[in-house]
Amino acid sequence: MINNKRRLLLQGSLTAGALGVAIGAGLLTPHSVLAAWPEKAFKAKAMPEMLMELMGVDGVEESGDIQIKAPDIAENGAVVPVTITTNIAGAESIAVIAVNNPAPLIASYDLGEGTEGFVSTRIKMGKSGDVVAVVKSGGKLYSARKEVKVTIGGCGG
Amino acid sequence: MATDSIKIRAQLKDGVTTVKALMTHPMETGARKDKDGSLIPAHFIQEVSCEAGGRKLLTAHWSGGVSKNPYLSFKFGGASVGDLVKLSWMDNKGESASAEAEIN
Repeated sequence: MINNKRRLLLQGSLTAGALGVAIGAGLLTPHSVLAAWPEKAFKAKAMPEMLMELMGVDGVEESGDIQIKAPDIAENGAVVPVTITTNIAGAESIAVIAVNNPAPLIASYDLGEGTEGFVSTRIKMGKSGDVVAVVKSGGKLYSARKEVKVTIGGCGG
Repeated sequence: MATDSIKIRAQLKDGVTTVKALMTHPMETGARKDKDGSLIPAHFIQEVSCEAGGRKLLTAHWSGGVSKNPYLSFKFGGASVGDLVKLSWMDNKGESASAEAEIN
């Protein structure tokens, strides 16, 4: 019974999510504001499509030079601290993705000259799954992932 | 939104400045429903930009997947004590806020 309701709720949020993003991004906002906001990447469900939209490349190489600091078990999915550190030389941008979220791409950071390969944010996770960090450097993408178990989902904010 | 909606600190140590910022924002994804079952409209910060002395340090693009009252930290080199670090954000409704911190 409870499970059924949960399924319904999840399905509901999925459709509503897409709609919400569409309204939020496309209709209610002045267009100039959105010039740089990668709407298609934020809507994408699949990694290759998302990365192509966001970074112009879809091939990703696993790298040991990216560290993801996040809890093994997150008691509250609404606030999951994630810190990405990378030693990859010339890192231009870092993306943070929660693969099982209704909208997997959470954040993308463009690093200025002299800015280190380090960003720390708190993210929402709807359910357990991998947090993926993608780093762009010299036109190539590198990634690392870490599994986070969520005991209470975070889509409820 | 008022400028006190951002708390920002910048600290220089061994040539690297660490910036830590907290923003006050609901970060609604647009997928949540209120008690009556109607959708709460999306309201989240889409872009955060940080600069020091005209130099772009970091531009962040966010979705509603960033937690409510977002936290952001990053590090950069090449600044001195007393330099100003400026952070500003803009959300999907076109609201914005900014704040500055002196590096110490």
